[in-house]
Amino acid sequence: MPELPVHIPIPTVQQAVFGAVALMTAVAGITVVVARNLFYSALALVATLFGVAGIYVLLEAEFLAITQILVYVGAIATLITFAIMLTKGLMFGTNSPNSPHIFTVLSIALLLFLIVAGVVDRVPWAVSDDLAIPEGTFESMIADLGWEFVTTYGVALELIGLLLLIALVGAVLLARDDE
Amino acid sequence: MAAWYDQLTGTLVHQGIPEGIAGALALLAGALVIALFAPLIALVLIWILRKVISRMQDRIGPNRVGRFGLLQTLADALKLVSKETITPSRADFIAYNLAPILSVFGIIMLFAVLPVTRGYVGADLNVGVLYIVALGSIGIMAALMAGWGSNNKYALLSGFRVVAQLLSYEIPLVLSMLAVVLVAGTMRLSALAEAQGHFLGLGWYVFIMPGAALIFFVCSLAESEQTPFDLLEAESELIAGFHIEYSGMRFAMFFLAQFLNAFVLAAVAAVLFLGGWQGPGVNLPGIGPLLGAGYLVGKTFLVYLLQIWVRGTFPRLRVDQMMSFCWKLLVPLTVGLVAWQMVVQVLPWPTVAIHAAILVGNVVVIAIALVAIGRALQQDMIRTKRAFEPTSLIGTMTPAGEN
Repeated sequence: MPELPVHIPIPTVQQAVFGAVALMTAVAGITVVVARNLFYSALALVATLFGVAGIYVLLEAEFLAITQILVYVGAIATLITFAIMLTKGLMFGTNSPNSPHIFTVLSIALLLFLIVAGVVDRVPWAVSDDLAIPEGTFESMIADLGWEFVTTYGVALELIGLLLLIALVGAVLLARDDE
Repeated sequence: MAAWYDQLTGTLVHQGIPEGIAGALALLAGALVIALFAPLIALVLIWILRKVISRMQDRIGPNRVGRFGLLQTLADALKLVSKETITPSRADFIAYNLAPILSVFGIIMLFAVLPVTRGYVGADLNVGVLYIVALGSIGIMAALMAGWGSNNKYALLSGFRVVAQLLSYEIPLVLSMLAVVLVAGTMRLSALAEAQGHFLGLGWYVFIMPGAALIFFVCSLAESEQTPFDLLEAESELIAGFHIEYSGMRFAMFFLAQFLNAFVLAAVAAVLFLGGWQGPGVNLPGIGPLLGAGYLVGKTFLVYLLQIWVRGTFPRLRVDQMMSFCWKLLVPLTVGLVAWQMVVQVLPWPTVAIHAAILVGNVVVIAIALVAIGRALQQDMIRTKRAFEPTSLIGTMTPAGEN
């Protein structure tokens, strides 16, 4: 086989899939912000969440991926869409207002990106030498997760539950008609 | 990886194809089988529905095209394909065109996790049960996009109803699935089917959890938009529901998605509560796996026939009845059921006693449900009677709406 003049790195299947998913996620994420129609923003948000779930799948965190779709796409994105539909005048046309603070927001976003990029770059991530995953790891992982939630992090879980309950009661109070 | 994948890859590698390409080919073949199987089974499903409903209504049903009208659905499908696809002038391009594709996509993805027989499952996910629930949200989004994108007020109204109904009924559906997961201790669907193999393959979960099975069945009717929960396409109120503006092949895709949804939920019910491919004789060498696949298909069609029976028998619920039935009855009952199971299962009792206690809880749940439905119907009847009988109002001086 003749030597190629330049070394072209051929991506593995995983890298190619990651590239496609990451590109889709990024494009959809930008669309969420720049779309002039709020309904499009909501649809793009769904696409973004699916893309993030796809990245979780690539990382072999299937449980996280499914939970992401279940909670964010199934419940939250649907509720956002529903709220947009029910809000009069928001649904049709390109009436999503321009923010007057666009430079403030952009600089905050840039700062956040720098912080995250710095953290990802500096932290010495522990990589296991043995990449083969023994049979039955995932079942025990979910079981461990559940066990930790009701033992070590029991108080935190209860507090989150309380917070959600308060939010629910607050929503009912806000939405209630005055007698 | 599943047994079918290993076999197929092995055969291909034996033919001299490199292993990486062989694996990709095997996966492609598996995906094709599932994607092609789904529309074909829909032809049978529609034929069965039309025949059975016809017999219930003292009609004959399709009997002209092919023997027993077997080719009627095929003829209808061909007609739909050849029809013009009309797009409303002010429809939203992306939402309108993406919705029918998404609705079918979400359902066909479900077929991937169904364990057909021992070792034969498209993708043996360790979170199979959650996967089924999560994909239901794609159907909701599709209906919402269709309703909004068609630029039609009836379609939009129907879109609202879809979200309200599907989101509400997802909660008891998930909780009734959780009841099974709690007993089996796994969310892997193949393992759930495997766990019901006691007593010659008849140790089905429906025998210890009839209440959860019933709630799952009712919720699956609501999730697949069938009578008595077919408010989404109530012809008298909404004309045709969220797909009113669709024609030709796009309409056919919504139609396909609806039937496949009913079928796949019936199959999930068969796996969760009726033992999946378990049955007498599945452990025999050679014929066993084939027998198992036959059992699964038989059970699935049994549940599907039950759905048709309900469809041919019950009237449609009102919107308020549909919502209060879910939130005031099904949700508390399933939460109570799951809480009871959690308490019982950590008690230091023998397994038989725990299962007996779970059975008691389920029977109590069914009893409460029956009593509550009976009382609600009685009250409704009295209210209707008062509203339509002017004589009952004479002398009381109270308008019909009060009390």
